[in-house]
Amino acid sequence: MMQPSAPPASPQTTARSKVARADRWFRGLATGFGLSILGLMALLTLALFIDAWPAIRHFGLRFLTSSEWNYVDQFGALPYIWGTIYSSLLGLLLSLPVSLGVAIFLAEIASGSLRTPLSFLVEMLAAIPSVVYGLWGIFVLVPIVRTVETWLNAHFGFIPLFAGAPFGVDMFSAAVVLAIMITPTIASVSRDVLLAVPASQREAALALGATRWESIKVAFSNAWSGIVGAIILGLGRALGETMAVTMVIGNTATISFSLLSPAYSMAAVLANEFSEAVNELHIASLVTIGLLLFAVTFILNSLSRWLVGRLTARATGEGSVRV
Amino acid sequence: MLKKSSAWLRWTVVSAAIASLAAATILVAGNKPSQAAGEVTLTGAGATFPQPIYSKWFYEYNRIHPDIRINYQGIGSGGGIQQITQRTIDFGASDAPMTEEEMAKAPGILHIPTVIGAVVPTYNLPGIRTTLHITGTVLADIYLGKITRWNDPRLTSLNPGVKLPNLPIAVVHRSDGSGTTNIFTSYLTAVSAEWAKKVGAGKSVDWPVGRGGKGNPGVAALVGQTPGAIGYVELAYVHQNNLPYILVQNRNGKYVEPSVESTIAAAAGAINNMPADFRATIVNSPGDNVWPIAGFTWLLIYRDQKDPVKGKALVDFVKWALTQGDQMAEALDYAPLPDSVQNKVLQALDTIRF
Repeated sequence: MMQPSAPPASPQTTARSKVARADRWFRGLATGFGLSILGLMALLTLALFIDAWPAIRHFGLRFLTSSEWNYVDQFGALPYIWGTIYSSLLGLLLSLPVSLGVAIFLAEIASGSLRTPLSFLVEMLAAIPSVVYGLWGIFVLVPIVRTVETWLNAHFGFIPLFAGAPFGVDMFSAAVVLAIMITPTIASVSRDVLLAVPASQREAALALGATRWESIKVAFSNAWSGIVGAIILGLGRALGETMAVTMVIGNTATISFSLLSPAYSMAAVLANEFSEAVNELHIASLVTIGLLLFAVTFILNSLSRWLVGRLTARATGEGSVRV
Repeated sequence: MLKKSSAWLRWTVVSAAIASLAAATILVAGNKPSQAAGEVTLTGAGATFPQPIYSKWFYEYNRIHPDIRINYQGIGSGGGIQQITQRTIDFGASDAPMTEEEMAKAPGILHIPTVIGAVVPTYNLPGIRTTLHITGTVLADIYLGKITRWNDPRLTSLNPGVKLPNLPIAVVHRSDGSGTTNIFTSYLTAVSAEWAKKVGAGKSVDWPVGRGGKGNPGVAALVGQTPGAIGYVELAYVHQNNLPYILVQNRNGKYVEPSVESTIAAAAGAINNMPADFRATIVNSPGDNVWPIAGFTWLLIYRDQKDPVKGKALVDFVKWALTQGDQMAEALDYAPLPDSVQNKVLQALDTIRF
C-alpha cells in the first residue's frame, strides 16, 4: 500500500501464500490430533503398566495360573480368565448360526424393500446400552433359563455340562446374553463383507448352472476371511462386556465346565471390586487384569481389522478374487 | 523431505501445546469454582451407604447457613480412605474402620461415627412370606455351605409353624466391596468360630458358596428371581421394598424386629466396650432389644485442620448433624447415635484443632 510501484501481481501472491499457510496450519493441527491418539494409547498402556507393576513383580506368571484371591496377599486371575474366555466362546457358539443366517439373508436373499429396514433394526440392536441387556437378562431371561436348566439337569444331570443346582444365574445365562449382544456386530459386518463380493461372481456361478444355494456358497467362500474378521470382532466385544455379564453370571470365582455353575469374568471383577479396593496389592492385581483385558482385545481387534481389510482390498482389486 | 518433516514436527509440537494449554485451562477452572466472598466450600468423598442422609444434611445445613456449601462424592469407602490419606478432600467417609496400616499413612486421622446401619437377611420361598427365625450359627453354616436345604432339621426346628420346602438353598451375597458385607461378615465372625477361621470379616471376602449380586438392588433382584434364595441387604432396603426377612437371634437369646430402635440399642449395648477412637464393631451386642447385625459408618477427619475457616465450618457442621440432624436420619431409616455415644463423639470433636 505504501509503495504504489509494487507489481500488480503482489496482492494475489500474498493471498495464495495465505492459503498455503492456512493449509499448513490445518495439516499440522489435524496431524497433531491424529498423533495424539497414538500418544493416548501409549500413555494408557504405560499408566496401566505402572499401576499393575506391584502385582506383576510380586506374583509374576503365577498371577495367570493361581485361583486364590483372598483380598489380603494372594491374588490369582485364573478363574476370571477362565470365566471370560468360556462365556465368550459359548456366546460365540450360540450366536454364530443366527448371525451368519441374518447376514446371508440380508446380503443374498432379502429384497430391497426388506433389506433396508431389517439392516437398520440389526444395527439398532447393537446400540442398546449393555445395562439394559443386563436388566432384561435378570428379570426375563434368567427365569426362562432356569426352567430349561431344571429340565436339562433332571434328564442329563449326569453329563458334567449340566451338573449342579439350576438357579439360572450362571454361565448359561451369561452366554445367552453375550450371544444376543454380539449377534448384531457379527451380522452387520458379515453382511457388509458379503456385499463386497462382486455380483459378477454370483452371476458367473449361476451362468455355469449353479443353484442359488451354490452361488451363495461361492460368495461365502470369497468372503470367508472377512467373516472370520467379523467373528473375531464379535468375540472381542464379548470378552470386554461388563455390565450385562456381571448382572447374570453369579460373580463367583469358580472354574467349571458346567453351564449351571456360577462364574466370574475379568471385566466383572474390575467393575465390582475396584471402587472399594484399598490394599495396594489388590488394586495392582485388578489393574493387571485390566491390562490383560486391554492386551487381548487389542490383539483380537487388530487381527479382525487386518482380515476384513485384506478381503475388502482384494474385492476391489480387479481379477484377484479367488473362485 | 527433511524440511517437510521438520515442519510436521513443529506443527505437532504447536498443536500439542495448544491442546495441553486448553486442558490446563479446564483443570484450573475446574479447581476454582467461582466463589463469593466469605463462602466456604467443603469437599468430601467416600461411602455410598450413608450418601442419602449425608446429602439431606448438606442440603438442610446449606439452607440454614447459605455461606457453607458441602460437596460429597459417593465413590466408595476405599476411595474415601485413599482421598483423605492424600489430603485431596476435606473429609472422607467409610463404612469400615481404617486398618492400623492405613492409619499409619494418615497420621492424626479421627473416626467420627455419624449413623448406624443394620443388615437384615432376606429370602425367597414360593408361597411363604412370613417372618422366619434363625440363629447366628445356623446362618453362618448356611453361608459356609454346610446347611444346603431349606428343610434341614436345624432350620425347621427354629421355625415350628412354617412348612419349609425341600428346596436347595441358593446363597446370595454382594459381589462388590461394601460396608454392608463388612457388617454382615463381622457378625458371622463374631458368632461362628469356623467362619472366623475359614473366611473372616471384610468389605470383600472369599465366599465359600453362593452367587454375587452388585449392590443392594443386585442382591434383592437375585433373591427375588431365585426360589430358595437367601441374601442380606440394608434395613432401609427391606422396609422400602417390603421384602420378606428373617429374624436373627440376639446375644441374649431374643428375637427382635429389625428397626431403627433395635439398631440404636445395638450401639448403646456396645458403649461399655467402646474404644476411644470409635473404631468399634457393634455386632452381636448384649441387650434384650438389640438387633445383632449392625455397624457404624464414619466420617474421617484430621485432628489438625490446615485451613482454620474450613476446619471450623466442618466441625460446626458435624456437631449440627449429630445433634439436630438425627430426626432426619430416622425418616430415612438410618439409626442415629444413642445419647451415650453421641456425648463421647462431641467430646472428640472438641479435640480438633484449627
